[in-house]
Amino acid sequence: MLEAKEVSRRDEAAPALDEVTIRLLPRSARFSLRLRPAEAKRLGRVADFALDQDINRLVATGERRSLRLGPDDWLLLAPEAGSEAIAEEIGSGLAGVFHALVDIGHREIAFEIAGQAGARVINSGCPLDLADAAFPAGSATRTLLAKAEIVLARPGEAPLWRVECGRSFAAYVEGWLTEAAAAVNGRR
Amino acid sequence: MSQPFRLATGGRIDRGRRLSIRFNDATLEGFAGDTLASLLLANGRHLVGRSFKYHRPRGILSHGSEEPNALLSVDRGPGRRDPNNRATMVEAVDGLVTGSQNHWPSLELDAGEVNDLLSPVFVAGFYYKTFMWPRSFWEKLYEPRIRAAAGLGKAPETADPERYAHLHAHCEVLVVGAGPAGLAAALAASEGGGRVILADEQAEPGGSLLHETSALIDGMTAEAWRARALETLASRENVEILPRTTAFGYYNHNHVALLERLTDHLAEPPPHLPRERLWQVRARQVVLATGAHERPLVFADNDRPGIMLAESVRVFVNRYAVAPGRRIVFATTGASAYRAAADAKAAGLEVTLVDLRPEEDCGAGLQTLRALGCEVLTGHTVVGSQGRKRVSGLIVAPLGADGRVGARRTLPCDCVGMAGGWTPAVHLFSQSRGKLRFEPAIDAFVPGTSVQAERSVGAARGVYELSDVLADGHAAGADAAGRPSERAFAASPTPAGFTGIPLLPTDADPAKLRAFVDFQNDVTAKDIGLAVREGFESIEHVKRYTTTGMATDQGKSSNMNALGLVASILEKPVPAVGTTTFRPPYTPVSFGALAGQSRGALFDPVRTAPLDAWAEEHGAAFENVSLWRRAWYFPKPGEDMRAAVARECRAVREGVGIFDASTLGKIEVVGPDAAELMNRLYVNGWSKLAPGRCRYGLMLKEDGFVMDDGVVARLADDRFHVTTTTGGAARVLSHMEDYLQTEWPDLDVFLTSTTEQWAAIAVQGPKAREVIAPLVEGIAMDAESFPHMAVRLGRVCGVPCRLFRVSFTGELGYEINVPAGHAREVWEAVLEEGQRFGITPYGTETMHVLRAEKGFVIVGQETDGTVTPDDLGMGGMVSKIKPDFVGKRSLARPDIVAGGRRQLVGLLTEDAALILEEGAQVVADPDQPVPMRMLGYVTSSYWSEACGRGIALAMLADGRSLMGQRLHATTQEGFATVQVVEPVFVDAQGERIRA
Repeated sequence: MLEAKEVSRRDEAAPALDEVTIRLLPRSARFSLRLRPAEAKRLGRVADFALDQDINRLVATGERRSLRLGPDDWLLLAPEAGSEAIAEEIGSGLAGVFHALVDIGHREIAFEIAGQAGARVINSGCPLDLADAAFPAGSATRTLLAKAEIVLARPGEAPLWRVECGRSFAAYVEGWLTEAAAAVNGRR
Repeated sequence: MSQPFRLATGGRIDRGRRLSIRFNDATLEGFAGDTLASLLLANGRHLVGRSFKYHRPRGILSHGSEEPNALLSVDRGPGRRDPNNRATMVEAVDGLVTGSQNHWPSLELDAGEVNDLLSPVFVAGFYYKTFMWPRSFWEKLYEPRIRAAAGLGKAPETADPERYAHLHAHCEVLVVGAGPAGLAAALAASEGGGRVILADEQAEPGGSLLHETSALIDGMTAEAWRARALETLASRENVEILPRTTAFGYYNHNHVALLERLTDHLAEPPPHLPRERLWQVRARQVVLATGAHERPLVFADNDRPGIMLAESVRVFVNRYAVAPGRRIVFATTGASAYRAAADAKAAGLEVTLVDLRPEEDCGAGLQTLRALGCEVLTGHTVVGSQGRKRVSGLIVAPLGADGRVGARRTLPCDCVGMAGGWTPAVHLFSQSRGKLRFEPAIDAFVPGTSVQAERSVGAARGVYELSDVLADGHAAGADAAGRPSERAFAASPTPAGFTGIPLLPTDADPAKLRAFVDFQNDVTAKDIGLAVREGFESIEHVKRYTTTGMATDQGKSSNMNALGLVASILEKPVPAVGTTTFRPPYTPVSFGALAGQSRGALFDPVRTAPLDAWAEEHGAAFENVSLWRRAWYFPKPGEDMRAAVARECRAVREGVGIFDASTLGKIEVVGPDAAELMNRLYVNGWSKLAPGRCRYGLMLKEDGFVMDDGVVARLADDRFHVTTTTGGAARVLSHMEDYLQTEWPDLDVFLTSTTEQWAAIAVQGPKAREVIAPLVEGIAMDAESFPHMAVRLGRVCGVPCRLFRVSFTGELGYEINVPAGHAREVWEAVLEEGQRFGITPYGTETMHVLRAEKGFVIVGQETDGTVTPDDLGMGGMVSKIKPDFVGKRSLARPDIVAGGRRQLVGLLTEDAALILEEGAQVVADPDQPVPMRMLGYVTSSYWSEACGRGIALAMLADGRSLMGQRLHATTQEGFATVQVVEPVFVDAQGERIRA
């Protein structure tokens, strides 16, 4: 767990019910997949990663999650252990199809923001509308948190968001979220 | 007696919660619910400041955010001193320390008052006229003195310890202002479930309803209606009510900035709470219910403490239970003052009313007021006032039908309520770029054509009758929510008609008249007259020449009177004179709120590479490179930078050094057309580069100048690992994506940033191979199998790696690329393995020295955006056979192929110990007359441990033809003699690198 040393850890004691908490997530297998949209539509999925969902949607198949961030741009996430096998599976699934699969497992650091007011914490530096109607369960997008580029995803109905950032921005992103959470947690 | 001017009953203050504040040297008592203004008035304090220019005694003019006079310094402790707080907007908090400003030695006795006697000198534009000569005095004497005398309040000297927050929010309808119009709008807008934000600058929502003690709405008291409206709104989950929140800026796409004040009203705020929160709201629709400002009357000496706005008198009496005076004269040109007078009378105060309008125009209020036993003088003008630090009398005179001013009469008083009519607060509408329209019937500019999705309601668009205001608000709110509906409200009449008179008729000599139009900027009617006489006819010019409506006032109290004056002097209609532009912020915004969280460690991201923590633990000195923090050098105890760098350089040249190169930009270029894309973007040819080999690549901008460089490895036919400079990573990727997406979408190639995926550990020096070979699996390490400028995939310490044999030092070297999360374990393993060779970690400074010894350039150091490959001596790298690449055509431009361009050379100082300054200019003859002909300049200069002397790189005009010549470089003391040499100082044959 080298990452834990680089990013200061928060106390993981059980938080109060409506407190917003920020948690460093364990490392994932993580790939950038680039593929022509027509091929994605034709294939539908590869190695249990969805390809044909709408842009800015996250689809989970078991532990494999596919976030379509652009017309030809997918972020694929899975538990770390399977990383090399996944690359092979995708490679064979896309044999003969023009694509670029790049391992970015170590490029990014992920945080989980949990709590009813989590959107408010993220909105301290992110201009997107994160209300249920605008950013429902299964949303995923590239956006900004203050001065850092992030990928923001809301995997499910629960008030829980995933923020991914470049690893060198992790201390900044965590510091920003922590400060924002302190203000929001004290709001009422 | 405490609070001698507090009324016995009434008001919204909490008489159960006493508090006290400091004002200058006095301790004053008040109640929770007071503002500083109401508390000061309850204690009989009208004199609260000195005016900006003339240092005239000034009192509280208004009750709201338009207050121009009562600007107080508020001190909440170290770093929490805040100047220029409007006393009308600061809530009284127990223990608050406040003080008046702009006076010396004291508020009561102010030496600056001499300015008032000198007022004939300080006319509009006085410093343009007065301080013209001698010319040189302006910069050295006049301007500094004027600047010292100008300005209001003292800025805090220590850092602000408060926290500030930012928040982005979205809603279907944003309602600005929670007066009757805003409440009605919010109620209607929120019925359908769409998100509504209701922001109001006051501590309590309600606006004018908070001091509306007599009017009824739908059979309820105004207060009951207000309370019910708020209760309804609070019960709706889709509504967010923000009190103490000012909408101060209206930008494109219905982006509205709000400032929420969270803690200033709390005696002991919880420490986690930010002081202020800046909201950036994106609203689908905006309803502006910002109300209207009352206009002062412009007459001689209308600025004495105790002279305030009539509606403000009413507010202080009704809302704060304060008597602004015992004997109040209301002076008016309109109807609303009658209600203020009646309320003052009902509170037991002695009331006289003077109305400019003839008896028959004075409306129903006249009889009502007379029936209450008040004297009302109709058809009277105001020609002056008496008193110095407090008004003691108002001088009035009858106005004949012919306009002649009759005999003067002084009405003794201790307070004057003036009512010059109403000006809709169109600031936000104007900021939204909406076009204003002049409405003669109410003598005001009102919102005309909207540019954005907004609508103004109620007094903000000149609708003053309470029933109309409510109906207007309801209709607008419903419409904004996309569910149009109309509703009638029954409400007591609230007449507000008036005759707009920019300057009250007077028999005084106009040249001596001190009638203030803009209280904050000390602009008189005379100043405006002077400006117009001097030819400033555009209102924008008058504004700048006289400063009227500038600063925080933004025309709130002064605008219409100034416009009216200009129009009347020019004998033009007001619309022909136009109005000035209202600029954000509507009211002042603290720097803290603008900065928000972005301070200290969060001011800017400090990007740290995976080995940053190791470097910190091992005592590295750091430098910032773009956003990155990089280890600069690793001093041992007792070493200075030069000693440490010399030691690190020696280690690399003689043994082995280890360096964190992880910040280098990396881009994975993948696809069957990868080589073709590279061919088009770099000057070099890539088609023949075999997989497993590396090449130094040079990238140009369209103008033919060097943009970036880096080693590129071909991993497979269809996959390149491109490196860029540390600072250029994002720029290069954007440049490549830009071309790929816009010019060559037909190419089958994708780009992915891998900068942060790979940590790059450079192991450099004659012993490099021996150090890493034991750690590497699956790669033949011998020089033949793994030559210089090659790349191999394998494992190091069991971790998958891309192993480059490359060198930026001139020594045998490798760069071990491993996934960033494994960087530290690999780094530590290499260190361990290198112990036997005395492996030495080195930083960016040593890296710079070593590459300079080899004449390797750094983009951004040797280049400055105007340097071609040939200038760097790299012309041979430019492919002659490629049909095209970015920048190719520019390389044939006449000025690029002409002689005289600066070229990269080496310089050796005659004095071997001397290290030239980077940026030093180089000339041929130091004795030539100034301005000398500069041949070029030094780009890099270091102590070279390997050479035992100073070395430098320079860009000199036709430098390559100057080899061996003696030239002269500037130093702090004069010139140093240098010799031009080839830009390589160590191992010119390059044998070491291929070892």
